[in-house]
Amino acid sequence: METSEMKVDGNAIGGLLREIFTMEMTTAETTCAGCGAVHAVGHVDVYVNAPGVVVRCPSCEQVLMRIVQGRGRYWVDLRGTRCLEFIAAP
Amino acid sequence: MWQVAEVAELIPETPRVASLVLKVPDWPGHDAGQHVDVRLTAEDGYQAQRSYSIASPPEESRLAITVERLEDGEVSPYLVGEVKVGDRIELRGPIGGYFVWKAGDAHPLLLIAGGSGVVPLMAMLRHRSAAAAKPPARMLYSSRKLEDVIYKEELDRLAAAGDGLAVTHVLTRAQPPGWKGYARRIDREMVSDVAWPEEPAPLVFICGPTSFVETAGGLLVDLGYDPSWIKTERFGATGG
Repeated sequence: METSEMKVDGNAIGGLLREIFTMEMTTAETTCAGCGAVHAVGHVDVYVNAPGVVVRCPSCEQVLMRIVQGRGRYWVDLRGTRCLEFIAAP
Repeated sequence: MWQVAEVAELIPETPRVASLVLKVPDWPGHDAGQHVDVRLTAEDGYQAQRSYSIASPPEESRLAITVERLEDGEVSPYLVGEVKVGDRIELRGPIGGYFVWKAGDAHPLLLIAGGSGVVPLMAMLRHRSAAAAKPPARMLYSSRKLEDVIYKEELDRLAAAGDGLAVTHVLTRAQPPGWKGYARRIDREMVSDVAWPEEPAPLVFICGPTSFVETAGGLLVDLGYDPSWIKTERFGATGG
């Protein structure tokens, strides 16, 4: 299998992100801490075959987020995301 | 977040694809293009979970998903072939707001589907069909063979309605005798034949395997489409 075929996109983790952030997140926008590109979460590259979920910037491939779930907890590493912008719950 | 849904009806679509109509108590409604996550739990507690696009339009009270059976998958071989009417599965949703189309948007619509990537686009066409105002729409739908084409008859019917929808089929691997349509993988000429002109700005939804989606999106940008007109959903090569 080619690496590119292990890649999906941010739509695939909409359910997971909604559990963490308690709102629809595929329309949220991430600013990459590496290159500064801004992308909708639905458009970012996602690798779900890794242990946990790895989210990468589609412009520069830097890691934006890592999310691991287990033993009733989440670990969310947002080091690669300079800013995550989303609409507040009404 | 997870809730129990009961399988109300099973509709075979192709030899490897079936639609599941689900009874979900208190379904909040959904938009065309959204998906649900389905979770199966084995007797030993092992859980497997996959995302499936919603095929039914927002207008329909019954929720339907369409699933392709992948032999090495963990979830789809159960959903296509084993599950029976009355069985219960766990799901959460509706999920997604990015890959969503709402009737009322007047931009010419371009839908590009690879294989079972047609499912969320079908929800959009069903939604469009039920809407009062219908923007012109074109669909380019790539399948391997004619018998793999999902929703074939319904697409023929929708396209024959004369309300501004054109559906172009592509058969990449095998074609029936006398086939006059495209018989190759998606390429620049094909996309340029089917795509709307750049004015007025169209709205594009592409769904399919990752490499298909990236190829189609790249070809449109090469043609002069602004990347902001294009929404994509890539489901990898495996699904499951």
